[in-house]
Amino acid sequence: MSAPQAAPEPATGAATQSVRAAKRAPHVDVAVVGAGPAGLAAAAAAADRGASVAVIDSAEQPGGQYWRHRSETAGAPERGEYHHGWGEYLALRARFDAGVAAGRITYFPATSVWMARALPGANDTVGSAGATDGTSEPRATGAPAAGAVAAARFALELAPAYGGGASEPRAIRTAALVLATGGYDRQLPVPGWQLPGVMAAGGIQAFVKQNGMLPGSRFVIAGTGPFLLPVAANITQAGGSVAAVLESASLAGWLPRAHRAAGVPAKAVEGAGYVATFLRHRISYRVRTVITEILGTDHVTGVRTARVRANGEIVAGSEREITGIDGVGLGWGFTPQLELPLQLGVATRVDVDGSLIGVVDETGRSSVDGLYLAGEITGVGGAPLSVLEGEIAGRCAASAVLGDAATVTPAERRALARNRGFAEAMHLAHPVPTGWAERLTPDTTVCRCEEVTAGELGHAHEELAAEDLRTEKGLTRAGMGWCQGRVCGFAVSCLSAGAGGIGAAATPDATAAEASLAQSAKRPIAQPLPLSALRDLGELGELGEGAAL
Amino acid sequence: MNAQRNSRPTGASSAGEIRATFEGERISCAPGASVAAALIATGKRGWRETRTGATRGLFCGIGVCFDCIVEIDGESGQRSCMIPLTEGMDVRAAQGPGEAPHAVAAHAGAAPEAGAAAEVRTAAEPSAGADPNAGASPSAGAGPSAGAEQTGTDA
Repeated sequence: MSAPQAAPEPATGAATQSVRAAKRAPHVDVAVVGAGPAGLAAAAAAADRGASVAVIDSAEQPGGQYWRHRSETAGAPERGEYHHGWGEYLALRARFDAGVAAGRITYFPATSVWMARALPGANDTVGSAGATDGTSEPRATGAPAAGAVAAARFALELAPAYGGGASEPRAIRTAALVLATGGYDRQLPVPGWQLPGVMAAGGIQAFVKQNGMLPGSRFVIAGTGPFLLPVAANITQAGGSVAAVLESASLAGWLPRAHRAAGVPAKAVEGAGYVATFLRHRISYRVRTVITEILGTDHVTGVRTARVRANGEIVAGSEREITGIDGVGLGWGFTPQLELPLQLGVATRVDVDGSLIGVVDETGRSSVDGLYLAGEITGVGGAPLSVLEGEIAGRCAASAVLGDAATVTPAERRALARNRGFAEAMHLAHPVPTGWAERLTPDTTVCRCEEVTAGELGHAHEELAAEDLRTEKGLTRAGMGWCQGRVCGFAVSCLSAGAGGIGAAATPDATAAEASLAQSAKRPIAQPLPLSALRDLGELGELGEGAAL
Repeated sequence: MNAQRNSRPTGASSAGEIRATFEGERISCAPGASVAAALIATGKRGWRETRTGATRGLFCGIGVCFDCIVEIDGESGQRSCMIPLTEGMDVRAAQGPGEAPHAVAAHAGAAPEAGAAAEVRTAAEPSAGADPNAGASPSAGAGPSAGAEQTGTDA
């Protein structure tokens, strides 16, 4: 392949002095947070429409987790062999790069948005969900004259994604905001999962895609959902082996909804490819099977497995042991990254997969004026749906600011329905299995950061009436460590409510678990940042006269 | 199992490898690969010790979980999965959260010497929002006792 153009220099590590000298937050029509499938599409679509666009992303180069790839600046060839839809990435990337070259898109790689806030006094309506019942006609009563930048409605505070110092600029102001922050693997605790060598399934894949090497040599992949298949396939492609793929669901869950899979033929083709890979590499694929314990002393060396019934009970005599491995990948679906939407107060709901998601209309408009959401944060549905949502949200956000009329085409509407139908069928066929909580031992680590055990959480729940995550956190420190509950939040929400699951796997206590989940997702500081980024916070209160990018 | 067996980056020659150190020991990887990749290529599976003495390495692989943190060129709390290895990088094992001093001085100023002075400097810029013990972190709203001292977990 011809490598995409080198990304601009990361906007990090700038001298604090020059940032102070600028004292102005750049001002754009549309800011996009995230440069994965949804963010790239949104940025390209908004730029195509004629808007000035800023794209902020924590990675070194565009692509997000799905299209994470070898470093473009290091000269390593990226042929897309570990990727699906690599051609689509290259096409999106060409549009993105053209926008950057034309000065329409300003790209801030290796940069985090640690806080988003609505600016007071922006009275013109850029558009919000609900009031217009899903029509895409913008209500841009305050549309600016051509060439001018619309009044800023949001401010985004930035920090370097890693390292010290402050980012330059330290803030961005924008008339419309598209959040496309994606998600990460959802986890359930299992005895022994804190051992080195045990990873998020997506983490193994990201490691292969970025580094072209494996974090081990022989793996067991376990959890639920079709996503386990490409992870196993990537491992064999990279020269490793897969002892088994353990799927907790019975695939019979697809039968009543098979027509929804048939509506998305690309998924069937992709699936057929995995079947071929599994046959070729003799990978054992076991359904209704879970890991009951991960074995090892200083790193993983094996797993105990068992078959489970639909009610979560272990089938007597089905216990087995797989040894001779040095890696385990775990994934139970995905958790959307909702910090920024929640900071801005968007309406949320719990999706069928138990994830808290932002509520949007078909154009991606949220309940907050001028704020659009795209990709996994509107419901986990995979890259093709994310690209579609990003394309629509970027276009409609730009239109709302520029005062012209963008519409969702009938073809897009049909594609949205097909892909969302597929996603829902997938979630229903691959629920978080009941019974996981019963398989924890008292000394199983649940909160990895603070090393809080299931026994401690159970004690706080039963003896000290901790019935939500917030109380559990106060009593046990679960969710209070480095990751701020991103890894254990789902499990602690379920455990504290006495529920085995949320969403489609709902137990009678699911409502309480959902409320608890919403608490866990609220993080006043969205991303970790060095204290130096806060040193002159007073200046951020006055964003000054914006300089249009 | 030998983690090194498949750890040679595919399609990359060793000629252009980036070289750095972990606790003074040589580590290397292909250009653009992460610090974590270099540690794994050296045969390490875990490189951080928790306060209870447990070993941790990579877990989420995408910057979410912080299990893989190291100290890089004196900067503490750095996620090794996110950061490309650069030539000459001085990578050190992270201090356990219960062990590192929680100094919140803006900068330790004088060039840190080995030992205690270096520790003060590494604690100078903890990640607010991630380190609940950072006294100056404005994360008080993050939880009922964010910013509180370590409490017993046997409550």
